[in-house]
Amino acid sequence: MNPTVARLTLRGLLGRRRGALLLVAPALLLIVSAIAGRSNGDAHGLTVKILGQLDLGTLTPILGLVIGTGVIATEIDDGSIVYLLAKPLPRWKIVTTKLAVAIGTTWVFAAVPTLLAGLLLYGTRDGVALGYTVAVLVAGAAYSALFLLLGVVTRHAVVAGLAYALVWESLIGNFVQGARTLSVQQWGRAVAEAVAGDAAVGADVSLGAAVPLLLVVTVGASVLASVKLAGLTLAAEE
Amino acid sequence: MTQPPDARAADTGVIHDIGYRGYTGPRLGRAHATRSLFVQSLRAAYGLGRSGRSKVLPMLLLGVVTVPAVIYVAVAVYMKRDELPVEYAGYLSDLGLVVSIFLASQAPVLLSRDLRHHTVPLYFSRPITRADYVRAKFAAMACAQLLLMAVPLLVLYTGALLAGMDFGHNTGQFLDGLAAAVLYALVPTSVALVIAAATPRRGFGVAAIMGYLVVSSTVAAVVVDMRGPSPGGSDAAQWTALISPNGLVESLVNEVFDLGSGFDRRHAPGAFGAAVFALVAVAMVAGSYRLLLRRYSRV
Repeated sequence: MNPTVARLTLRGLLGRRRGALLLVAPALLLIVSAIAGRSNGDAHGLTVKILGQLDLGTLTPILGLVIGTGVIATEIDDGSIVYLLAKPLPRWKIVTTKLAVAIGTTWVFAAVPTLLAGLLLYGTRDGVALGYTVAVLVAGAAYSALFLLLGVVTRHAVVAGLAYALVWESLIGNFVQGARTLSVQQWGRAVAEAVAGDAAVGADVSLGAAVPLLLVVTVGASVLASVKLAGLTLAAEE
Repeated sequence: MTQPPDARAADTGVIHDIGYRGYTGPRLGRAHATRSLFVQSLRAAYGLGRSGRSKVLPMLLLGVVTVPAVIYVAVAVYMKRDELPVEYAGYLSDLGLVVSIFLASQAPVLLSRDLRHHTVPLYFSRPITRADYVRAKFAAMACAQLLLMAVPLLVLYTGALLAGMDFGHNTGQFLDGLAAAVLYALVPTSVALVIAAATPRRGFGVAAIMGYLVVSSTVAAVVVDMRGPSPGGSDAAQWTALISPNGLVESLVNEVFDLGSGFDRRHAPGAFGAAVFALVAVAMVAGSYRLLLRRYSRV
């Protein structure tokens, strides 16, 4: 961790109007939850729909994508990363600092609203709110690491990340059972199931598979990002 | 040895005539410039005339939307069916996500890069006006989208005809599909262009467009489910499609052309609903166009 890098990253991420734009996603979730909380339908099914499909399935990957690529890809894009790389600071420290900022921001913007939305929708029953919050915490951290790596590796980080989060996890995962094994969302669900019980969150991947995969992806992505950043060449704008 | 300028003799300067001439050829004018910008932007949307790496993504997406059509035709021919296993318009809404990804990734290519590299003022220093610029870019993105959807429809149509399926039925369905494609190429595109014009950062533009399109349709889907999947009584929930450009077009097309089936069929509720949906679609396109014009009036 380097406090200066962290401060600059946070400012690049939330400075000007960008922080307000990021707030749109949690605000939307809370509004939908507040409206849904007053409707008198099947409360459990509704909560699972909103927290599972809208929050964990859509908002969390998109937030993770914007934040994960926002901490480093924008700087690589406009070339200002060279000023940071020119400083006598190990590259892996830059990566870990930026990753920590990304994870922290994702948690603030995704996990806290999830907890609030869960409490609004379903109260503290069955540990549903807790379960989905844990799932968002775990998935948010893994998404941040994964998308940070994408930001270092490719100039099309956002598109690649979207393709993974929306096409692979949602579309293909819906039809092909096996695709869910390689899904950050399902790993998050598996951990949440272990914490809050399977009455709260259902997962298609066992905990024994999810935890090693999560660790491999998160740590592996950070290491690979450090290595890639060490030999970064600034490509010209295509 | 060089001397400071004021020490040199004043009368040694000579103006050489190196043959510069004014341009006396034909001037092609504003309309031609607009057309050139349109063609260049349309090509850029598919990466033509740009580096090999920027061709990868659009061509990949074009492949992704076309391959299922080929498979459908192959299956229908192999099984000797007398009808395609999918509706033309339904095919487009099934692949709506891929089309949205194309839109989200290429709209910033057309608009954000010009803003980022400050080339917009250079365009406006030429005869081309701000309205011309917006018109050319808007038309280019809409045509790129239309092309992306027309290719798989054509594959389905020619496949169906070659397999000897009913000509009248397929032609009618194909035209419905083309009408849907035109709407898909106008309504979501106009909103996406406004978002892309608002940010000079490509990555942020991509995420913002995709975020808006996906989150709005997910919210609409959740609200529809919230009302329970009762086949008759879910008409009220169908109004939520109004917030999602893709859902709006899908509902409108399904109602107007009487397509789709199953209890999760999205449709505009009744004739009044269809009129409102059409009105909202027009308002979305016209409003976005106005916003674009306003955005570029003060670049």
